[in-house]
Amino acid sequence: MSTTRTNRKETRIEADPTLPTIVITREFDAPPGRVFRAHTDPDLVVQWLGPRRLTMRIDQFDARTGGSYRYLHLEEDGTEYAFHGVFHEVRPDERIVQTFTFEGEPDGVALETLTLEDLGGRTRLVAKSVCDSIEQRDAVIASGMEYGLREAYDQLDELLADAG
Amino acid sequence: MDDDRLSQVFSALSDPTRRDIVARLAVGDATVNELAEPYDVTVQAVSKHLRVLEDAGLVSRSRDAQRRPCHLEADVFDLMTQWIERYRREAEDRFRRLDAVLEQLEEGVPHNRDRAEGAAS
Repeated sequence: MSTTRTNRKETRIEADPTLPTIVITREFDAPPGRVFRAHTDPDLVVQWLGPRRLTMRIDQFDARTGGSYRYLHLEEDGTEYAFHGVFHEVRPDERIVQTFTFEGEPDGVALETLTLEDLGGRTRLVAKSVCDSIEQRDAVIASGMEYGLREAYDQLDELLADAG
Repeated sequence: MDDDRLSQVFSALSDPTRRDIVARLAVGDATVNELAEPYDVTVQAVSKHLRVLEDAGLVSRSRDAQRRPCHLEADVFDLMTQWIERYRREAEDRFRRLDAVLEQLEEGVPHNRDRAEGAAS
């Protein structure tokens, strides 16, 4: 593992204390066209989007303006986490705007805007997610969305037990 | 119960006045009157906010002294920081897999850096 590469491409997270947003920034050693393809071709998406310990299954993935998607993350014990949304705008090599709903919380919907900035052969990706409320945004961060929810609760249990 | 407790923390922090109170308590302990000063609300209203923060385990008040200064339970916020860091690591993990996919796509079209590395070996 090369540390210099890791430093240059470090993932940055910004969670504004006064707005229900999460902004993720990361650079890639590939031009925007290729990063765009990895976000819109379901055969490629399935290779990286899901959490490593879960299996990802795509039901539908039509990454065009007005298209929609649905995919699932599957636990070994059969537990499913399903997500769906629509593509509000898919602008090749530049921008993807989509809605995002975790079906475990069907009333919640986030608006996600992905922009790809050309750095001359490299790409800066900025993914901005606008949640329903600051409370929901914090819950998303705490749970890591579909990740480690139980771990978060266990940690909180421990903390609360110590505090008590 | 545990899920309730977690949502209690988030719900407590969803209010801008309460987040502001928490930010000020992070600087140091303060009494209800001191906390109420900058706001255009009554001491009672601030007390109500403090009760929500107390119930969520974010703030404690000493029982003995008459001033009863409010104290921030910093541990809970260390936990929030940890959660953000873990969220970041999950994203980083995902993007490293994306790096690998991009490298795969790149095959046959060597990058300048790759060429330089190849030449060096």
